[in-house]
Amino acid sequence: MPRSAPPSDDPVIEVRDLRMTYGTTEVLTGVDLTVDAGEVVCLLGPNGAGKTTTIEILEGFRLPSAGEVRVLGEDPAHAGDAWRARVGVVLQSWRDHARWTPRRLLDQLGGYYAAYGTPERPRPYAVDWLLEVVGMAEFADRKIGTLSGGQRRRLDVAVGIIGRPELLFLDEPTAGFDPQARRDFHDLVHRLSDLEGTSILLTTHDLDEAEKLADRILILADGRIVADGSPDALARQVAGTSEVRWACGRERYVHGTDDVVAFVRGLFEQHGDELTDLEVRHASLEDTYLAMVQRSETGAPAAPALVEVTR
Amino acid sequence: MNATRNALALGVRRGWTEFLLSLRSPQDQGFYLFMGLGTLLYLWFNRDEQIDGTGISVVAYSLPGILAALLAFGVVIGPAFSLAMEREDGTLLRHKAVPHGMQGYVTGQVVLHSLGLVPLLLVILVPSFLLFDGVMDRGAAGWLTVTWVVVLGLLATLPLGMVIGSLVPSTQKVTTWGMLPVIVVTAISGVFFPVQALWGWVQAVAQVFPTYWIGLGMRSAFLPDAAAAVELGDSWRTGTTVLVLAAWAVAGLLLTPRVLRRMARRQSGSSVAAARDQAAQWVR
Repeated sequence: MPRSAPPSDDPVIEVRDLRMTYGTTEVLTGVDLTVDAGEVVCLLGPNGAGKTTTIEILEGFRLPSAGEVRVLGEDPAHAGDAWRARVGVVLQSWRDHARWTPRRLLDQLGGYYAAYGTPERPRPYAVDWLLEVVGMAEFADRKIGTLSGGQRRRLDVAVGIIGRPELLFLDEPTAGFDPQARRDFHDLVHRLSDLEGTSILLTTHDLDEAEKLADRILILADGRIVADGSPDALARQVAGTSEVRWACGRERYVHGTDDVVAFVRGLFEQHGDELTDLEVRHASLEDTYLAMVQRSETGAPAAPALVEVTR
Repeated sequence: MNATRNALALGVRRGWTEFLLSLRSPQDQGFYLFMGLGTLLYLWFNRDEQIDGTGISVVAYSLPGILAALLAFGVVIGPAFSLAMEREDGTLLRHKAVPHGMQGYVTGQVVLHSLGLVPLLLVILVPSFLLFDGVMDRGAAGWLTVTWVVVLGLLATLPLGMVIGSLVPSTQKVTTWGMLPVIVVTAISGVFFPVQALWGWVQAVAQVFPTYWIGLGMRSAFLPDAAAAVELGDSWRTGTTVLVLAAWAVAGLLLTPRVLRRMARRQSGSSVAAARDQAAQWVR
């Protein structure tokens, strides 16, 4: 696949003060977020924080209560079919099209994009190529009703990208994947992002996945974005980001610190040869995430919630 | 390439594919077999009966009425169930996520349910012609009438099925809001016996709905002119038939796109997930 034209400088998603109220419940209380062209951004947050609501508003499937939303330069709530052709949505399928085969379904749904292809960006993808890419080639002519959950998800992904989207939404894409399928899916996301310049917004509960895929992470808690940055940058925002474990003779110690080098130098100066073990662990995204969410819930800066790990 | 025309072409292909898949499915084969056998058994047991004091056999009178009832029933209930089910299983949402997808989806539904009539009518017509005499009295002219009655009847009833399917809150509710009313309307529409056997106000209600008129049109195609004496007003009332069915068709064509758009607007991933959770509870 040829590399697509360099993306423009305008952000593909721009959201200001997005609010959503169901009855008297405020689900989103003022979300601001931006996704630049070509970025892979991961939206994290506890259940009920409003991740799915946010994504559905951006997809144009749900009307917000208030706020300004621009996706690919248009308001998704009122955007037309030409806009729809540029956006890919990966849906969680259940039992639809059980009698169809993956090849037939991709052929049928891809056909709608044919009217929106351009010489620089032909649409849709060739079905055979896409089946190969998502690892579905050997199931291409099986009935969809007989596919396993993981195979079905891969088909969902294929349906989501068949129109060669400029922007792709993935809501918990790897839920129910086995480790191999998950690894293959990560490769696919990288391929879309690197080769095609596709901008991607995904939600997940898998922090390891977020760390692997995302250029930038947004944490949604309490109906607003409480953190925004690369995994490393987020870790630096949490105090006491590293944990040092050491042993002197038979005694073992643990200490959290911001400045690992100075602390370890101090250890050597104090104990010298008596040190029998030393381990430094940086805060993982999981630690950072838990700290950030806790901080937003209590409204006060929290100590890092370092998780015990046995190595 | 024109995107709308492309979507309509894809919809036709979708309808054709679904039709072929349904012909191959044991469930649908069973439905056709059941309908065919049921009708034939009814006609067979009444093969020597006559409509009181008219000299018209029950077979000749009922066959057109049964065809009409099956047409109206199948074309209302079929799309109603399809739409309600495919809204819950995510088929509709998939099309909503695609440019012009809803146009293609609706076209597919129209094609599928129109084609579905062909085997349904065939399983009844073919054996009837083999088993009974004097069923079609009018030859080629009669078949021409059958054709326009079927087409007009389709246009009058199919939108109703789509509206019901769009408005019912869940698939289970299609039975209450779709099946029940259609069965009641069919029962009062003079399918098996002349509608004069019922009270006057029931006759009036029956004449509001398309089923009665499709039946009347069908009888005018199959039966000799003398049989018109059994009908209300001693006439086939062909002009009125066309008018009533056309009125339903126009109303349907005006109303259905709005109802469909309103339904499609409400579709999202979480509404499909909610329907899945509810169905899961139903199974437990």
